[in-house]
Amino acid sequence: MLYFRLKIFPLELNMKNGWETVIGLEIHAQLSTESKIFCGCSTHFGDEPNSNTCPVCLGLPGALPVLNRRAVELGARAALALGLQINERSIFARKNYFYPDLPKGYQISQYDQPFSANGELEIMTARRDEAGHPLEWAPKRIRITRLHLEEDAGKNVHEGLPDVDRFSYIDLNRAGTPLAEIVTEPEFRSSWEAHDYVNHVRRVLRWVGASEADMEKGNLRCEPNVSVRRIGNETFGTKVELKNLNSVRFMQRAIEFEIERQITLLESGGKVNQETRLWDERAQETRVMRSKEEAHDYRYFPEPDLAPLEVSVEFIDGVKASMPELPEERRQRFVQQYDLSFSDASQLTSERTLADYYESAVEASGNARTAANWIRSELLRELESSGLAASASPIPPQELGKLLRLVDEDKISGKQGKDVLVEMFKTGRTAAAIVEEQGLAQVSDTGEIDGVIDEVLAANPGQVTSYRSGKETLFGFFVGQVMKASKGKANPRVVNERLKAKLS
Amino acid sequence: MPINESDIEKIAQLAHLEISREEVKVFAPQIAEIVTYVEQLNEVDTRSIEPALGGLTPEGELTASTRDDVVAPSLGQRLALEEAPDAAAGHFRVPKIL
Repeated sequence: MLYFRLKIFPLELNMKNGWETVIGLEIHAQLSTESKIFCGCSTHFGDEPNSNTCPVCLGLPGALPVLNRRAVELGARAALALGLQINERSIFARKNYFYPDLPKGYQISQYDQPFSANGELEIMTARRDEAGHPLEWAPKRIRITRLHLEEDAGKNVHEGLPDVDRFSYIDLNRAGTPLAEIVTEPEFRSSWEAHDYVNHVRRVLRWVGASEADMEKGNLRCEPNVSVRRIGNETFGTKVELKNLNSVRFMQRAIEFEIERQITLLESGGKVNQETRLWDERAQETRVMRSKEEAHDYRYFPEPDLAPLEVSVEFIDGVKASMPELPEERRQRFVQQYDLSFSDASQLTSERTLADYYESAVEASGNARTAANWIRSELLRELESSGLAASASPIPPQELGKLLRLVDEDKISGKQGKDVLVEMFKTGRTAAAIVEEQGLAQVSDTGEIDGVIDEVLAANPGQVTSYRSGKETLFGFFVGQVMKASKGKANPRVVNERLKAKLS
Repeated sequence: MPINESDIEKIAQLAHLEISREEVKVFAPQIAEIVTYVEQLNEVDTRSIEPALGGLTPEGELTASTRDDVVAPSLGQRLALEEAPDAAAGHFRVPKIL
């Protein structure tokens, strides 16, 4: 224990002691096509191993690739959503290396003439307190070097198969799935900035329909490169590439581990080696995968089986015209138009279907603030517990709007409204039908409420005398009695007003 | 000599070929000779000629270069694995890798 403390303590000091972290990111996102990028095999996830394969994606001799137009279109959507310039002409290239999951012995990728380049993207990022809560959100501009198109490799499988100590097993269903590779400049100065960028990219890709961008399913993969340098140094330190990060949380842990490892190494007079390291989640550490000496020499050359990819200005303009309002713009509009806080607006624009839902509910309810509150606290809880997206909500936004109007107009109380919402979610029935059936309609009629109050006061003469002689805490008792006598239907606001008038 | 013995060793390594020291000695000058021969092409002035990139038929026509995103029948697992040197449990099987 003492050893542990001694080991960690100086590190924490060092972190504040003039070291700066520099991180660049490479993201691979699977584009949401039905078929593979160079053949007609299905991209469906979870099918029998090796069933979605053909001579092209198996790399059989003589098979020729033919480019999937939809992959180009989705790549264009992704590129535009991330602020990249699409090149009217790009070239596919062969990246050569040997690995059992790469049947051709090369991956069709892009090299010196990528599909898009020179991106500039504004993201929101925040420093965090020790518990990981954001302190203050601020915009940061991220330069994105390039986004290019390429094919994925197959998958090595070990789990549940015989003799895995001696054999590896290959499933080529994933081989040939279209990917967008997105590379940034070394822009990030902390693991949180990298975290906020990955989340931004993930949200945007889902938003424009380019990718499902689900890290757990493996259709979004991150490979950060990390280096450290003394603050004020112009030149970068030696960078280390990290792999095998299956979630944003793993990525952050790996980066944090790597920063500390490098600083310790440098402080003790050592040198950082340029290498690729694997994150081992079980051991919570990074381990060398290959050193620079073993680094691949990919011998890129233009793919002789594919013509240059040419896209017209009309094509690019067409994709631009079909793009939705992006999440960041929409968040800003929500803040201005609906007077929402940053965090409300961020949550409501986390998914496009949720933002659409919110705006429909605003229209139907006529109250932007109430709609935001109810969706955030009530509806999202129900959606999350049943694992549904807003677009699949059993309560359509128009019906939620009608429910909110009933509450706003005092027809039912807020408490009743929440119960009705749960019932609507469960049964798919309308608010009006549930209110009618359960006889929930709130009574706001002063005459009717006065009648109930008179009865309650008449039944409790002792308490009335005590109240009038100064025991004002009894007010709550009267409210309770009136609510009970009205079977919870009396409007509490009217009850309060009338009780005060009658007791004074 | 445009190609030396260490080039040959590196190429062999990248291509996963095992060659002996003796073979390196034999092949290096032979390959160097071939490369020198091909290098004569560098003397041709190609500044006004578009690079010939891929996707052309032998007649110089563009091949069908793009397709719609439509799923076509695959070979299926049995056929895909039929010619594999080693297969088991629906997978291609290879010596253990990391």
